[in-house]
Amino acid sequence: MNLLPFLAAAWILLVGLYGLVTSRNLVHAVGCLAVAQSSTYVLLLAVGYRRGATAPVFADLPVGSPVVDPVVQALALTDVVVGAAVTALLLALVIQLQKRHGTVDPQNLTELRG
Amino acid sequence: MPSTAALLPLAVAIPLLGAVVLSVAGRWLPRLGCDILATAWAVADVLCLVLLWVRTGDGRAVSWLGGWEPHGGESVGIVLVADRLGGGTALLAALLVLAVLVYSWRYFDEPSGERAGTFPALLLLFEAGMCGFALTGDLFDAFVFFELMGAVAYALTGYRIEDPRPLHGALTFGIVNSLAAYCSLLGIALLYARTGELGLAQLGRELAGQHRDALVICAFVLVLTGPLVKAAMAPFHFWLPDAHAVAPTPVCMLLSGVMVELGVYGAARIYWTVFSGPGGIPHDAFRTTFLAAGVLTALIGTTMCWQQRHLKRMLAFSTVGHVGLFLIGVAVLTPAGLAGTAVYIAGHAGAKAALFGLTGILLDRYGSVDEHGLHGRARELALPGALFLAGGLALAGLPPFGTGLGKALSEEAAGHWAGWLPAVYVIVSAVTGGAVLRVALRVFYGLGPRPTERGGEPETTGEGEKPEVRGPTRLLPPPMLVLPALLLLGCLAVGLTPDLGRSLARAAELFTDRAGYQAAALGTAAQAAVAPPPPAGWTTAGVLLGLLSAVLACALAGTAVLGPARGAARPHSAVAFLGRRVVLPVRRLHSGLLGDYVAWLTVGVAVLLVAVAAQS
Amino acid sequence: MSRSVRLWLFLSAGAVIAVAFAAACTGLPHFGTPVHPYGDRAVAAALSRRTANTVSSVNFDLRAFDTLGEESILFGAVLGATLLLRLARDERKEWPEAERVLPSTRLFGALLLPVTLLTGVYIVAHGQLTPGGGFQGGVVLATGLHLAYVAADYRVLKQVRPLAVLDVADAVAAGAFTALGVAGLVVAGAFLANFLPLGTFDRLSSAGLVPVLNAAVGVEVGSGVIVLLAHFLDQAVEITGGGPARTRFDPPEPE
Repeated sequence: MNLLPFLAAAWILLVGLYGLVTSRNLVHAVGCLAVAQSSTYVLLLAVGYRRGATAPVFADLPVGSPVVDPVVQALALTDVVVGAAVTALLLALVIQLQKRHGTVDPQNLTELRG
Repeated sequence: MPSTAALLPLAVAIPLLGAVVLSVAGRWLPRLGCDILATAWAVADVLCLVLLWVRTGDGRAVSWLGGWEPHGGESVGIVLVADRLGGGTALLAALLVLAVLVYSWRYFDEPSGERAGTFPALLLLFEAGMCGFALTGDLFDAFVFFELMGAVAYALTGYRIEDPRPLHGALTFGIVNSLAAYCSLLGIALLYARTGELGLAQLGRELAGQHRDALVICAFVLVLTGPLVKAAMAPFHFWLPDAHAVAPTPVCMLLSGVMVELGVYGAARIYWTVFSGPGGIPHDAFRTTFLAAGVLTALIGTTMCWQQRHLKRMLAFSTVGHVGLFLIGVAVLTPAGLAGTAVYIAGHAGAKAALFGLTGILLDRYGSVDEHGLHGRARELALPGALFLAGGLALAGLPPFGTGLGKALSEEAAGHWAGWLPAVYVIVSAVTGGAVLRVALRVFYGLGPRPTERGGEPETTGEGEKPEVRGPTRLLPPPMLVLPALLLLGCLAVGLTPDLGRSLARAAELFTDRAGYQAAALGTAAQAAVAPPPPAGWTTAGVLLGLLSAVLACALAGTAVLGPARGAARPHSAVAFLGRRVVLPVRRLHSGLLGDYVAWLTVGVAVLLVAVAAQS
Repeated sequence: MSRSVRLWLFLSAGAVIAVAFAAACTGLPHFGTPVHPYGDRAVAAALSRRTANTVSSVNFDLRAFDTLGEESILFGAVLGATLLLRLARDERKEWPEAERVLPSTRLFGALLLPVTLLTGVYIVAHGQLTPGGGFQGGVVLATGLHLAYVAADYRVLKQVRPLAVLDVADAVAAGAFTALGVAGLVVAGAFLANFLPLGTFDRLSSAGLVPVLNAAVGVEVGSGVIVLLAHFLDQAVEITGGGPARTRFDPPEPE
């Protein structure tokens, strides 16, 4: 039970990788990349959890109350924005690829080989 | 004059501000104004980093950001640390960005109108990412700047949107590299859970006080996945030729010249600062694993390089081959190997960027980068032809080029570890240099018969490329010729400046001093390490081996161009057998399919896990 | 590689990674551990800077350099999308057609749009006090604006979306973050130092530089996301021609 949140992160990563390996649609592939990235959020937040603690915001919380680790939350937030920006760029590439190539199936993109 | 500590963040802030100014001013400024502004900004960053290089001397420059100085070895902020290897890498990146900006002054017909500032703004952002990655002393911060480099590079690679191939190459590049970065982040999270720290120095200190277990090994492999994919280590290298073959020429100069090498730098930095202590990964495990990986990378890159007819793809595979050599130099885990690799990287950046620049001229004139299609067509380009030959010889390690010096130093350091390793250096230099010479002889001098087409083999031709320039009827823009010449001169200068080699050797000694790095980053008292720096000059053996690889390269090129035609070998001869049984399957692995590349990434991580675990 | 070989290769490698990761997890501190050295130090440092929301303190004060890098990634993504989704040589823009919308939907949108924008501004402005901040509020602002598209049509969205201004605002806000960092270097001798007066704990004016950086990030994220979405929507709605392929998702060819 103690390991479950951490193992969930590994499972999410591997599922995302599986999707990328077998993907037949580039939009789906970019989605799989986002899934693989979600594993980092899960792991970061699981690592920062403190039993019996609350959110690390002292606006209406007496100073000294136990709070969860704010550092991993900040890292996760940074990670989310990074992921969103990269996803946007990759989707822009997919849109243009669909226009120029007429396909979004990665199996049909075979011009660069050998 | 800013203080030394201020120079470190300024090296990142200057290009960031430049990108902002260009993207705004580009809406109104004419094309020429944008070019001048971007060049001025790149010069400013070069000056900042030159000043940092001078001020760092043989020590380290440290900057605690936000004023969060560590107390009692505890810190809550981010630290930037520059020694001459880190600062020098950032300086190399800044110099190449400046070269690329000048090279592309008259290069693109687009972007026009209000988009004129976008391309140089992205280049400056790329520079900020590279400088940040080279200077940071914090693992998560390294991840952020790694991603900044990446995201900008994906966009730049897909620049030519009218052609489907750049989009394909950029997408593969983006997905594989981002995936690797997320693996790194998982590793960072594991390390954070174990130690409660993110700074390289703190992580190294905490790990050293604990026992090694599965967590450390898993975190080590995951954290290094990002830099190693960026460095295109086999089997993580598949994205690189695809991205390089299609990226605009100026972008290729940066990708091959410095971004890939930054991956090697990152791996070395993370290992030495975090994992080289008693609780980390044993030196023998690291050495064996990465020597094997380096040799494999070198051989694959070399084999594939010789097979290419698409010039940019050929140069990309040559980069893969040389990255294998850089990995070997890092993997021997001696200051001598590091120093040699640093010199090699500096020389290689000049030679490789020059060759890409010259390839851009061919693309400009003939709308093709195909060795077969260009046969004999570039006879009119006398000077580019001569420079191309010189670039090939530089790649082959001919003294006194910087590549030759770097090769000599690294192979000597590697030879101390295993007597057969210098042979790998000679083979890679000879074959990659030979491939470039082969192209030069055919394209610029029209020697030999036109190569026959090979049916039924997987290959990427360089025909039908769209020129990235306005109209091929105009005269050749001077920057496109002057810059490659200057870059080759830079490669020569690296080999002819003994002071540079000596200071890099002292920096390599410093690089391997984990305790000293910790003391500097945490502001505690440092014990000055007194070890003699490794040798950094030409030796007789080095010169002879350099000459040998250059002669071999010429022989290979001459045989390929003037010898019997391909396929004339008897079907049962050893050459034909090798071609059928070894080369062809390896070529087929480079399928261009995203699913294959992700599978190989997974395999690479798994193999590294098994290899490191078995030896720890 | 055939697809079955590829899958087999991946599954065996994935099994190795799964085993290794599981083994690594056994070495982690147990879930919910009370030991968080960096977290505790960060909370203390945040409170010393009178920042009630410690996550904001980490993002905009302790580790503001990470956020600078990440803002630059967003800025780069906007520039990159501008580059990649530009009008190709064989494409042209068309004026979008008006859509029929139910009056009730239109009224609903008109009522909700100011509420949403106000919420976004509130979330940005209270980033140093309560959960939220520049990123979250910026995204609310950007998506809220697109109510105009959902509840009316693309023409209305174009009227409430001054793209050129937002494009410049995105860049200026990204530059402001860096400039504030340099200002810290000049005033307090350290890049991104929190050099403004700290104010009173738990007040809107507390935490010194944190709310200012939050505002810069809010502007950048808000305008950046709007510009990004604008490029994508243009591809779907306005740009025609180009490329050999047409799909059923594209608008029909004009007569």
